[in-house]
Amino acid sequence: MIRIANGQGFWGDWLEAPVRLVEQGPIDYLILDYLAEVTMSIVQKQKQADPSLGYARDFPPLIGRIAAKLKERRVRVVANAGGVNPVACAREVKRLAPELKVAVVLGDDVYERVDDFLARGLELKNLDTGEPLTVIRGQISSANAYIGAFPLAEALGTGADVVIAGRSTDTALALGPMVHEFGWRADQFDLLAAGTIAGHIVECGAQCTGGNCIADWQTIPDFANIGYPIIEAEADGSFVITKHHGTGGRVSLETVKEQLLYELGDPQNYITPDCVADFTSVRLVEDGPDRVRVSGIKGRPKTPFLKVSVSYLYGFKALGTIVYSWPDALEKAKAADAIVRARLAALGLKFEEIYSEYFGANACHGIAAPVNAQPAEVMLRVGVRGKDKKAVDRFTRELIPLVLNGPPTGTGYGDGRPSVREVVAYWPALIPREEIVTRVEVVE
Amino acid sequence: MRVPLSRIAHGRSGDKGDTSNIGIIAYEDRWYPVLVREVTPERVKAHFGSLIEGRVERFELPNLGALNFLCYGALGGGGTLSLRIDAQGKTMAAGLLGMEIEIDERELTD
Repeated sequence: MIRIANGQGFWGDWLEAPVRLVEQGPIDYLILDYLAEVTMSIVQKQKQADPSLGYARDFPPLIGRIAAKLKERRVRVVANAGGVNPVACAREVKRLAPELKVAVVLGDDVYERVDDFLARGLELKNLDTGEPLTVIRGQISSANAYIGAFPLAEALGTGADVVIAGRSTDTALALGPMVHEFGWRADQFDLLAAGTIAGHIVECGAQCTGGNCIADWQTIPDFANIGYPIIEAEADGSFVITKHHGTGGRVSLETVKEQLLYELGDPQNYITPDCVADFTSVRLVEDGPDRVRVSGIKGRPKTPFLKVSVSYLYGFKALGTIVYSWPDALEKAKAADAIVRARLAALGLKFEEIYSEYFGANACHGIAAPVNAQPAEVMLRVGVRGKDKKAVDRFTRELIPLVLNGPPTGTGYGDGRPSVREVVAYWPALIPREEIVTRVEVVE
Repeated sequence: MRVPLSRIAHGRSGDKGDTSNIGIIAYEDRWYPVLVREVTPERVKAHFGSLIEGRVERFELPNLGALNFLCYGALGGGGTLSLRIDAQGKTMAAGLLGMEIEIDERELTD
């Protein structure tokens, strides 16, 4: 049995979680998931500004902080902290923790290869709209293929203490150590699906140990010291989800089921680079306090493709707010919204979308929200999105004047006019898997 | 009798681009058939009104006593494009759990 713990559900997750996982009990692997789609375009921009950047900058200082404990307790780290510059990330780790052996997985970053793909007739059609990538060629800011668990296992095979990947899938971070430790083969799809689903359960960190849990959330103990998840993985593909003794939070059938369903599509066709996993085969049983045993998982062969995520500059947006107090807070906010829209129309400004929400009334759920006849205050938020930066900028000047020239009791404008933000959008596509060749390097 | 769905189920929601995924889970296995009967894709779409622009697709996970709904065009463009506060649909499960369902008193208490 090996213990694989996830200490980071996204770049920006709780900094203390990975430290506590290493210090508060036994684990064999610490995995850290840093990359969301939005992260790739951010790190690509950072690399363009400075070639020594372009990775999750939280990661090297974390490894520096826990390096001695990692060595002492023989804990190995697998992280997709590399962003678009895994080698630079590894060098910084080596600088802060010279005693650790560090390996990187390369080959997922295809930003420089896009023109070559297009020239060879690989259209990289948008999976949602069917449009060819040529439509946005000039606006691309990053392009990465999602890679699976086997390159990570290969990197662990070098004996590295720390394995740094770029755009590996979140689930591969958990499956990689299992493939390495148990010698699972690329055609053992039930086992690969089991490791994948284990990875899915833990990939959002504490979201399977009581965080964001709707079931009985008021009774979940000690959120302040919530324990992050640990997979106790067996060679036969069964595993237990648990957390360290004495930590807060909860592992129960409810917490695990909620996370199993999180960001799930067709449950019988969970497609990864390594296999297609079937979530309708999962069997759960309680296995003592804060322990859930998972078994029975079935998988099918991988598809001939890998997913590629391309980020590109789409346009601009801005969002601004004004708060109105009772009485009649919602009516005042709606009147203010109508005034803004009339003024934007009078200026002849065109946007792709103008969207208004009423916080405190129904912003999250629309007509599904319960009706409160007299909310104490309502915050109007108006947003616009468009390709024309000037129009979006002009919009940002139309909100604050309402405090003086619109309905009464407008307040909460202290941060000044809203800023214009670039909108980076994502273009999902498929590429034949033989186009992506990964390689492992040990960084000295 | 009519009760909110939250009486017999919990859940979690998230996003895939402009698609909201809402997982609804029966607290007890015996309530799973009630979910299948009461929480239809049509009712989910009607419950959220204009928030869901596209269709709603339902998948069954009897092994977990759960249903998974994919609500297309439900996040104002999704991800970075969306102008909504809940651009990732994080609160959609809580919103659906507020929907009223019809259940026999015996189904509820047996």
